[in-house]
Amino acid sequence: MSKNEWPLWEIFIRGQHGLNHRHVGSLHAPDAEMAIRNARDVYTRRNEGVSIWVVPSNAITASSPSEKGPLFEPANSKVYRHPTFFDIPDVVGHM
Amino acid sequence: MYAQLVKSEGSKTREEMSPEEIAFQERIDRGERIEPKEWMPEGYRKTLIRQMGQHAHSEIVGQLPEGNWITRAPTLERKAILLAKVQDEAGHGLYLYSAAETLGISRDELLEQLHSGKMKYSSIFNYPTLTWADIGAVGWLVDGAAIMNQVPLQRTSYGPYARAMIRICKEESFHQRQGYDIMMKMASGTPEQKAMAQDALNRFWYPSLMMFGPSDKDSVHSAQSMAWKIKINTNDELRQKFVDQTVPQAEYLGLTIPDPNLKWNEEKGGHDFSEPDWSEFFAVIAGNGPCNEERLGARVKAWDDGAWFRDGLMAHAEKAASRRHAAE
Repeated sequence: MSKNEWPLWEIFIRGQHGLNHRHVGSLHAPDAEMAIRNARDVYTRRNEGVSIWVVPSNAITASSPSEKGPLFEPANSKVYRHPTFFDIPDVVGHM
Repeated sequence: MYAQLVKSEGSKTREEMSPEEIAFQERIDRGERIEPKEWMPEGYRKTLIRQMGQHAHSEIVGQLPEGNWITRAPTLERKAILLAKVQDEAGHGLYLYSAAETLGISRDELLEQLHSGKMKYSSIFNYPTLTWADIGAVGWLVDGAAIMNQVPLQRTSYGPYARAMIRICKEESFHQRQGYDIMMKMASGTPEQKAMAQDALNRFWYPSLMMFGPSDKDSVHSAQSMAWKIKINTNDELRQKFVDQTVPQAEYLGLTIPDPNLKWNEEKGGHDFSEPDWSEFFAVIAGNGPCNEERLGARVKAWDDGAWFRDGLMAHAEKAASRRHAAE
């Protein structure tokens, strides 16, 4: 194995419609500039994007799968955060 | 199928499973996706690395038989289309390598195992592409067979693999259609062109059937992989589906599938057909196909010849980084 393996980058692309950059995958490249060039070839061959972000994979801190419960379960019991929780009479009109 | 004879690890009965393994199997049975950092049985991880690695290698080696015709394509448009297709195959290989890397193996390690012969790629790419019609047959039959396998894998249990398959399937349909388009052109051309198309079908038919792997009765690794949902259909199910789909397509072209036993079986609602010569399949897998040496040789040469370039770019990147560091 080459001791010189290119580092891994995570690739984020903003599509045509002005939405957020979205994670599309990863790739290897020697530096950020090459990562952008490679991402253009690997992830935008069919007009998938108008902007590319590249981030070194080792710069990403992720939540741990074992924390899933404590992190996300509290939201389950708070259905009143959704507008559909409230019954508003039709006569009031759109709200 | 781009992954054949993938050895499955750790087939266990429920009584032999640890509580963790039972909980894992239950997650899969519920249709949950397994993500990279989550606990998984070692056998699941190893089997997936083998399957995804073989799949990625197949995409990369699969560029070679088609690359053979880029400089010889009959028109500029066909050349541009073929280039785009071969570029897609490189992209598919890269999606799959990075998905496999989430299992704790590096791309360089995977490539090293390909180059040393420890890991395999699909048997189909060890056949030569002798004429332009072969490029049509490869797109139509080989990509058609690959799609058959890849569409269900979009629902596979391992998240990064499923996501890579979704991207790949979106692009793969172009590949099959461009192949069939070449076949339509050839089959409606001069008698010589039609004969060339028929010859390509004759040579690629059985190797395409082999892509799905051995018959279910000889497929020793299927049960565990299916329990883990890293394999969704059996080899014979997919092969049957492929034959049933392809027969009317060949009829439309006015070409004859080279199988005297091929006929519609009303009772089973599918075609009866001849099995490929499995001894040929095992010989090709073992390294004795018509092009094994040439294909692997080309891969190893490309890797070795590119070393100075990869190292040079890395050295430049490190130098630039240290210069930036010093300036700060």
